[in-house]
Amino acid sequence: MESENWKPNFTIRFNSTQTPSKELGSSRIIMAAIEILDLEKSYLVGFWRKRPKLALRPLRLTVEEGEVFGFLGPNGAGKTTTLKLLMGLVFPTAGTARILGKELDDPAVKSQIGFLPEQPYFYDHLTARELLNYYGQLSGVPAKGRAARVEQMLERVGLSGSASVQLRKFSKGMLQRVGLAQAILHDPKLVFLDEPMSGLDPMGRREVRDLIQQLRSEGKTVFFSTHILSDAEALCDRVAVIHQGELRGVGAVADLTSGTQGKIEIIFYAAKVPAGLTALGAVARISGDMVNAVLPEEQQDAALELLRRERLKLISLAPVRNSLEEYYIQRLQPTDVEKEDEEDEARNEENRKGVGV
Amino acid sequence: MNSRVGYIAFNTFREAVRDRVLYNLIAFALLLSGAAILVGEISIDIERLVVVNLGLTAVSLFGVIIAIFIGIGLVSKEIEKRTLYTVLSRPVRRWEFVVGKFFGLTGTLVVNTVCMALGVFLALLYVSHKFEKMDQWVLVALYFIVLQFFIVCALALFFSSFSTPLMSAVFTFALFVIGSLAEDLRGFARITHGLGGWLATGIAYLVPNFSALNVISQVAHGDPVAGRLILYNTAYALLYSAMAISGAVLIFQRRNLK
Repeated sequence: MESENWKPNFTIRFNSTQTPSKELGSSRIIMAAIEILDLEKSYLVGFWRKRPKLALRPLRLTVEEGEVFGFLGPNGAGKTTTLKLLMGLVFPTAGTARILGKELDDPAVKSQIGFLPEQPYFYDHLTARELLNYYGQLSGVPAKGRAARVEQMLERVGLSGSASVQLRKFSKGMLQRVGLAQAILHDPKLVFLDEPMSGLDPMGRREVRDLIQQLRSEGKTVFFSTHILSDAEALCDRVAVIHQGELRGVGAVADLTSGTQGKIEIIFYAAKVPAGLTALGAVARISGDMVNAVLPEEQQDAALELLRRERLKLISLAPVRNSLEEYYIQRLQPTDVEKEDEEDEARNEENRKGVGV
Repeated sequence: MNSRVGYIAFNTFREAVRDRVLYNLIAFALLLSGAAILVGEISIDIERLVVVNLGLTAVSLFGVIIAIFIGIGLVSKEIEKRTLYTVLSRPVRRWEFVVGKFFGLTGTLVVNTVCMALGVFLALLYVSHKFEKMDQWVLVALYFIVLQFFIVCALALFFSSFSTPLMSAVFTFALFVIGSLAEDLRGFARITHGLGGWLATGIAYLVPNFSALNVISQVAHGDPVAGRLILYNTAYALLYSAMAISGAVLIFQRRNLK
C-alpha cells in the first residue's frame, strides 16, 4: 500500500519551550534529544532540624539530537545530580524533563538511552561477558544475536582478551571500558557519560575520545559531564557550564573559541627579550633559543619593525584566540547576586559575633 | 514471571553461589553426620527423634541466618556499591528489581534447603536403616521451613528498604524471635483485658506467626500434619510475604538513590 511505504524525509519538532531552530529552512528539522524544563533538586540536611539544601537550581536546557554536548563544572557543581535526575535515580523537587520527546517516567525511554555512571561499580562476581549479557537481557536485546553483540562490544572497548575474567580482578581503567561497553551495548540513541575519562591513562582517554567521535558519526546524541576542558573542546558541539547547582552559560564550542582577544602572539629566535618589545606592552617568555611574546594587536606593525631592526628571525605570528578554559573560568566567577549574598552573609556573621561578645 | 524479574533473580542466585553462600552446607553436613554417628552410638530407640529434631532445627537456623544476612544487603548493598545505577537506567522498573531480588534469595534458600533435606534423609537412613511412612511429614516440616524463609526474606527486604543494614538485621531477627513465640503471645492476649489486651492482641496478630510454621517437634514424634494447616500456612506465608514485599516496593519507589 502506498500509505505504508510512504515515509517523510523530514521531522518537525513541536516544542512549546523553544523558538524554531536554525534548521527550519533545510529538509530536516532536528528533534530535541533532551529537554530539561526547570528541573530542580533540593535535599533535606541536618539531623534534628532538617533544612533544604539546594543541589540544583531550576535548570532549563535543551540538547539537540546528534549533538555531542559537554556538561562542564567543578566537582560538586551539580553535574551528577542532573544526570541522576535524568536517569530517574533521584526525583526532582520541581520541574520536569523529556528525553527523546517522552516523559522521564516513560519506560520506553530507558531502552533508548545508555548510561555510564561516574566511577562505575559492577557485579564483581560476573565476568565481563556475563555482565554484558545480563545488561543485554535487561535492556531487551533479543536473545538471538545477543551473544554476538556482546562479543562485538568487548572487541570495541578492547576487552576481548579479558572477557572471561571476573570483574573483581579488573583494574579501574578496565572497569571504565566495561562501563562504556554496557552503555552502548543495546545501541541506544542517546548516551549519557558521567566523567567518562576519569581514571583512564592517556591512551585510554584517547580511546574514549575516539569512541565518542564514532558515536557522533553514527548519529548518536552524547551528553557527557567532565571537568577536563581539553576533552570538551576537542569533542563537543556545545557545552554548558554549571556551578553551585546553577547553569552559568551554554554555547557552541566553535563560537566560544572563534573570537580573538585583541592580542597577537609572536614567536621568534632570540637569546633574550629585546628591550623595545616590553615597551610595546608585550608579555614575553624565553623558551630555549626562542622568545614567545603576547602583545596588543595594534602594536603588531611596531613589533615587526622592531624585529626587523634587531635582525631577529620571525617564526610565527598569530592572533590569540579565545579558549574554552577562559569561557569556563569567566562563567565560574561569582555573579553580582552571589556577591551581594556573600556580603550579606559576611555582615550577618559579623553581627552574630557582635551579639555574642 | 516477568522476564526481567527472572534475570534479576538468576543474577542474585548466581551472586550468592559465587560468594560461597552454599558453603554453609559443609558445616551442616559435618554437624548432621557427626550427630547421626553419635546418636547411633548412645541413644536407644530415640535416634530418629534426635536426628529429625536436630536436622530440621539446623535447616531452619542456617536458612534464617542466610535469609537475614543476605536479605538486609539485597538492596542496600546495591545502593552503596552503586551497581543499581546501571540497572535502573535500563527499562527495569523498581518493583521488578525488588521482586527479582526476593526471588533470587528465596531461590538460593530453596536450593540450600533441598541439599540439607537430602542430608537429613541420609542421616535418617543411617540411624533407622530404612524409610518409614511417617517420614513423609518431615517433608511437610521442611516445606513450612521454606515458607518461614519467604517471610524472613521479605521482612529483611522491607526493613532494608528504609533502614541501615545493622538495624534491618536487628529488626528482622527480633521479629523472627517474637514471631516464633506468636502462639504464646496470642494466648497471653486472650487472657489480658483492657488497653493491654488490645495492644497484646494487635501485636500478636501483626508479628509473623512463625510458631504455626514450626512442626518440627510434631513430625519428629511421627505425628501427621493436618492438610488444613498446610493450606492455611501456605496462604498465610504467601500473603504475609506479599505484604512485606509490597511495603518494600512502595518505599523503594520513592527513594532517592544518592
